[in-house]
Order: sequence, then structure tokens, then C-alpha cells
Amino acid sequence: MNKNLRWKVIVIVAVAALAVWSFTPPSRKVKLGLDLKGGVHFVLKVQTDDALRLETETSSEQLRERLKEAGIPVGTIKIDSLTGMTVEGIPPADEPRFRTLSAEQVELTYNRSPGVAGSHKYEMKPNIAVQRRTEAVTQAIQTIERRVNGLGVSEPVVAPYGTANDQIIVQLPGMTDVNRAKSIIGNPALLEIKLVEAGPMSDEKSLLTGSAGKVPDDMVVVPGVSGQKGDLTRMYYLVKRVATVTGREIRNASPTIDEYGTQAIKFSLNADGAAKFARATGENVGRQLAIILDNTVTSAPSIRERIAGGEANITGTFTQQEAMDLAMVLKSGALPASLTYLEERTVGPTLGEQSVRAGVIASLVGLGLVTVFMLMYYKLAGINAFVSVTLNLIILLGFMAYLGAAMTLPGIAGFILTIGMGVDSNVLIFERIREELAAKKGARQAVAAGFDRVFWTIVDTHVASLIAAAFLFQFGTGPIRGFATTLVFGLISNVFTAVFVSRTMFEWILSSRPAGSAQKLSI
Amino acid sequence: MRIFDNPNVNFMKWRWHALVLSLLVIGAGVATIVSRGGLPLGVDFSGGTVMQLKFTQPPNEDAIRTALAGEPVVQRFGDPANNEVLVRLPIMKGAEQGASLTEEAARVETTLRAANVGEFRVEKTDIVGPIIGEDLKKKGISATLLSLAGILAYIWFRFRLTFAIGAIAATLHDVLVTLVFLTWFGYDLSLNVVAALLTITGYSVNDTIVIFDRVRENQRSKSKEPLIDLVNRSVNQTLSRTLITAGTTFLAVLGLFLFGGEVLEGLAFTLLVGILTGTYSTIFIASAIAIVLSPRQGAAPARKS
Repeated sequence: MNKNLRWKVIVIVAVAALAVWSFTPPSRKVKLGLDLKGGVHFVLKVQTDDALRLETETSSEQLRERLKEAGIPVGTIKIDSLTGMTVEGIPPADEPRFRTLSAEQVELTYNRSPGVAGSHKYEMKPNIAVQRRTEAVTQAIQTIERRVNGLGVSEPVVAPYGTANDQIIVQLPGMTDVNRAKSIIGNPALLEIKLVEAGPMSDEKSLLTGSAGKVPDDMVVVPGVSGQKGDLTRMYYLVKRVATVTGREIRNASPTIDEYGTQAIKFSLNADGAAKFARATGENVGRQLAIILDNTVTSAPSIRERIAGGEANITGTFTQQEAMDLAMVLKSGALPASLTYLEERTVGPTLGEQSVRAGVIASLVGLGLVTVFMLMYYKLAGINAFVSVTLNLIILLGFMAYLGAAMTLPGIAGFILTIGMGVDSNVLIFERIREELAAKKGARQAVAAGFDRVFWTIVDTHVASLIAAAFLFQFGTGPIRGFATTLVFGLISNVFTAVFVSRTMFEWILSSRPAGSAQKLSI
Repeated sequence: MRIFDNPNVNFMKWRWHALVLSLLVIGAGVATIVSRGGLPLGVDFSGGTVMQLKFTQPPNEDAIRTALAGEPVVQRFGDPANNEVLVRLPIMKGAEQGASLTEEAARVETTLRAANVGEFRVEKTDIVGPIIGEDLKKKGISATLLSLAGILAYIWFRFRLTFAIGAIAATLHDVLVTLVFLTWFGYDLSLNVVAALLTITGYSVNDTIVIFDRVRENQRSKSKEPLIDLVNRSVNQTLSRTLITAGTTFLAVLGLFLFGGEVLEGLAFTLLVGILTGTYSTIFIASAIAIVLSPRQGAAPARKS
């Protein structure tokens, strides 16, 4: 073996060893896609409108509070749209003070345009609106990530999806309880603690007798239960619009058993929240405090004394699992906006196993049929083809493991297609060598000419196939990505195996023969 | 062993017959597709709900169909011994997205459990909303067109425009013929099938490039030869390669079609048809169109290398 040839063989063995090392052990290194492993896949749309509505509502409330503090009388503050509100009835004398206050309070986010008779229209700045939408999606992703991690699923995917900027993809391999997954991901988990102004009453009307049949501007009506143990009749509460404490200020939440021996969730507030809670309870001893989860009052205990530790319970009728999940969800924080499902796919674990088995059988049958044919047709050179195709598959598997690309069902089809394409290149070369041999060339020249002549053909065909395969990547992260990945890397490694490996094998075989002897090639 | 010894078939003589045959097949197929109101779209593109149910006992499709209101498609699926049934429901009227989108699957399950049609397990559920369906439809069309454009540009760069048009016409031909056969054999257009179609565009052009490369090479040695003879000679010289590779790829995919399971059946079928039509179009369509389009029949095809 000459020096040149020895180097080539070393390169090939090194590449093969690297590939094998990369995917060993396959059970751990080769990732399986959802379609093979089982699990759930969702595409969700974040209703970013919610975030804008919340922003406008909060801003209007803050403005109202500030005006009240400053002693500026306000007629009304109306919410006009997601991003717009109108302040009416500012007395002319207070105009300058109002403008100063408005400038520092809301005009960072809103454009103000004055109207007639002390009215002012506010519209959210377009760039701020876009920013709020983006933030809502980012926050939703972070919140879902925390929740999914709390589920204990291995290798979950939570990521932005598509080009619409408000879609999220969630993949949970191995998770088969779709309903639980959905209730955890989509749970708004908006916890608010608000002072009760009136109620509970069994209908809204009697709730408003104290306020002339109208809901005052700074209050809202929230449905809920009476707070009596076991009483599930629907009741209504009139509560403050602005919450004393919200779920953002939760430090920890855990399932617990309450004094009646039923499932409940105990939560503790962070320092900020605890301080607010202590102040509010201290100032309002004897009144009721409503614990509101997702706009439903779960309980409304009376304040007996100032509560300093910042701990409270959420009671209700929970199963143990529900209490655990709710605690986890509360800890992960509220979703900034509601979510809707655009796509849902679930694969059971047994189906995945069957698919893997079918795929492996199909690949082996394919490889077997092709090998038998190549051995019959090209005799010993068929071994050459078998080695280069097998090596191609090994390198491909190594690539997949190295990149952490998931193997999917269509990905298996990509492997089989790679077998086909690998053989294609070999046939192209072998046919050419036969032609050169028929033209009465010696074996060595025939092999050299065969490989040289078809090199650019192989490059051209592979580039064309790569162009087609590249466009498959736009179909997102689903099973098709596995197909695209196997196809692309199969094509790339095929140039190496069909041209370099196969040629080296021919050269090796020929090098063992004495130069100048009647050279024959089994092809 | 070899299939041919120096084949010398005058393929180009048959080029008009081939074009007519192809047009007939595509025409008949398009007529079928139009008469059925479009391509049969799978749930990936049309949206809706598909559930794969595995029963413990041989299921009764009629009972399942009766139990479910609406217009479900209920059919046996895969190996009869597996007792599997596929239930497909269209997108609920008025259900754009959100919770209502996913209620269908839950409804099917509870209804069937209550209807006493036998014990079953839900193996797989696909629920696709209209937004995603539309999105995938657009992506499918754009991916196919863009890949054709990319290949056209590459062949133009490596060879010449008439050859590029010939290759793309042949590839487009293969995509159309494959779609026609998919319709005739009752396969729905799913994401997997579209992936296979894209693969076919790449594969089909491979064969064509091999012949064009040969034309270019032959043309260097005998540049006086008329293009039509040159092409014919090149097709003949590469004929055994064309047929063998088509045959081996076909064998490999055949294994997939027979043993790869139901999910990959549509994909494998698409590849099988694509390989056959790709081989045919390489020999008859690509070169024929390149010749027809070439301004002077004796002209040299390309100087680039």
C-alpha cells in the first residue's frame, strides 16, 4: 500500500469511527421525534389583544387614581378600544395641572390629543403596541416553559412558531394525557386579591343597591361561590377594580390540606406583596378580602387581623392532582394573554414503537434487496457499493446524533431514499468504468477515468437534489424536518462515500496486484 | 451481467408520441381532479380532525358511523388483524380555533365510549385548524415552485437555458403525473406526500442532468453531429445507468411501501410513481423539449464546464 492510499484509508476509518462514536449508544444519542416516541404537539396562538386591553385598562385606572390623589375632578374615563381611552370633564382651571400629570403618568405609552370641553383622547403609540404584543408572546413562552418544566417532561420544546409572530409551538415527548397538558399550558392562572365592597349576593341587582344600581367606575362585579364550605351556588361580589395583590407577587405555592381536611393551595407572597398585603389587611380589619382566580372568587374570608407573613390559602373542590397542578401553575406565573389552539397532534406510545419497528424492517429490506441486486449485477464491485452505502448510513446517523436532530417517521423514509441515492452514484461510476474497460483501457486507467468523468455529474445531481430538499425546512419543526435533515446530510455524506470511499476501495484492490500484469476487474 | 450491450434505440423518434401520451395522462388526470372539485386534501391542508382508534375486537364501521353525528369518514385502516379504524371529521362549522377546535376529538371519544361499539384506545389524534391548514397549503405551493425555480437557475448556470427548461418541464411533468396517480389511487395529499413530491423534483432532475452532462461531453469530441443524434446517442449511452438506478431506488422504496406502515404509505407511493415517471420523462420529455427549443438543431449545446 502506498503512502497516499494509506492516508486515504486512515481518513475513512477515522470518519467512520467518529460517526459511530457520535451515535453510541443509539438509545441515548439518537433523538426520536414525537411521531416515533409518542407525545403531544400543539400550535398555540397568543391572543396578544388581551395584553393591549390589559395595558389600557391598567393605565386608565392608574390615571384615575393619580387624578384623585391630586384632587382634579374627573367626569369619566372611558375605554374606547384595545388601545384607546378618553378622559372627559376636566375643568378648564385644572387643565395645566392635568396636562403635567398626564404627561408623566401615561404619555410615555400613549399619544394624547385634546378635544372639546375638557376631553382628551389617548391612543397607544404604535411602536409601544407592537412591543407589548411581542412581550406578551415572549412572556407566554417563558411562562409555558416554566410550567412544562414543572411537568417533568424530558426535552420539551416551547418556541415561537411561524411568521405571524403570535404563534407558539409546544412539544411534549412522552406526554400522553392531552387534557392535563392542555389544562396546565392554557391555564390563565391569574390570581388577584381584592377588597370586597359588597356581597356575596345571589344576583347582581341586589349587589348594586348601595351604589344606585350602577357599578361604580373603580369597581367590578365578579362571580364566585359563597365561601361557605360545600356551598357551590353561584354568588356575586362587588370588588375593587384594582387588586391589592396579584399573582405576580407570589413567591411560592404548594398543595396543602386546609382546616376542613380538603385539598387547598397555600401560597406565600414575596416581600413586596407581603408588605402590601399586611397594609391592606391592617387597614381593613372586619371587611372581606376576595381571592379571585381567573375572574372567579374562590373564597372571600373576613379579615380578623393584620396578616404580616404574606401567606394565604386558595380553597375549593380540588382533587390532589388538580391541587398539585394549580400550585405549580401559580408558581410559574400568570399568562400575559389567553391562548387558543391552532393545531393539536397526539401520538400514543405504542403506535410510535410499531412505527420504529416498521421503519427498521423497511430499511433493512430495502438495503437487502439493493445489495442482492448489486452483487448479482456488478459481482465483487457490488461489495464496494454495499460498503459505501452502509458507511453513508453510518455517517448520516452520526450527523443526526451530533446535531441532536430528531429522527422521525419521514426521516426513516429519508434514510431509505439515501440508500437509493447512494446506489445511484455507485451505478453511475460502475457503468462508466465498464465503458472505459470496454474501450480496452487497463483496469487502473478505467477506474481513474470512470471516477474523474462522473465527478461533476455527481456534484450537479447532488446540488439539484439539495436545492429541492432545502425548501423542505420551511415546514417547521414537525416530522418533515426529520425528512429534510436526513435527505440533506445523506446527500452530503454520499458525495464523500460514493466518490472518495468507493474510489479508495478500488485503488486498494488494484494496488495489491503487481503493476503491468493483466489487470482484470470484477465489475 | 448486463442488461444491454451497446443499446442503440432511436428514442428521439418517439418524442412526439411521448409528449402526446403525457398530455393525455395529465389531461385525463386533471379532468378527474376538477370533476372531484380539486385535489383530495388530507387533514394537514384542509383542516379538521383525524383519529386513529385501535379496538380490542374487530370493529363495526357502520355502528361507529351511526354513533357519531355529522358526516364522519370512518374506514378500516392498515392490517385488518390490528382492528384499527380511522375517523375523520371536517372542521366544525363556526369553530375557527381555540377550545372549540379541539372539542371534536373529545366528543368522538366520549360518544363512542357511550355508544357501546367495543373497547378501544386512541392511538393518534391530529387536529388541524384552518389557519395552520392555509399556512401549510401556501408553504407547500411555494416550496414546490421555489425548488423548481432554484433547479432551473442551477441548470441554466451549469448548462444552458434550453436544457434548463427541458429539465424543469420534465420535472413539472413528473409532479403532475404523480398528483394524477395519487388522485386515481385515492391517496390524500398530506404533508408527507408533499415532502415526497419535493424529493421527486430533486430526484427526477438527477437523471436529466446525467444525460445532459453526457451530451456536453460527447459534443466536445464530435461537435459536428446534429443535436438530435447527439442527444439520442447520449440517452443510449446512459440508458443502463438510468434504468438500473431507477430500479434500485424503486427496490429500496418498495421495501418502505410494503413494510413501512400506513403512515408512510402515501409517501412511499408518491416516491414509487415519481421514480417511474421520472425515468420516463428523463428519456422522452427532457431531451425532447431541449431539442425542440434549441434554435439550430445542429447547434452546440454548451461551452461551459
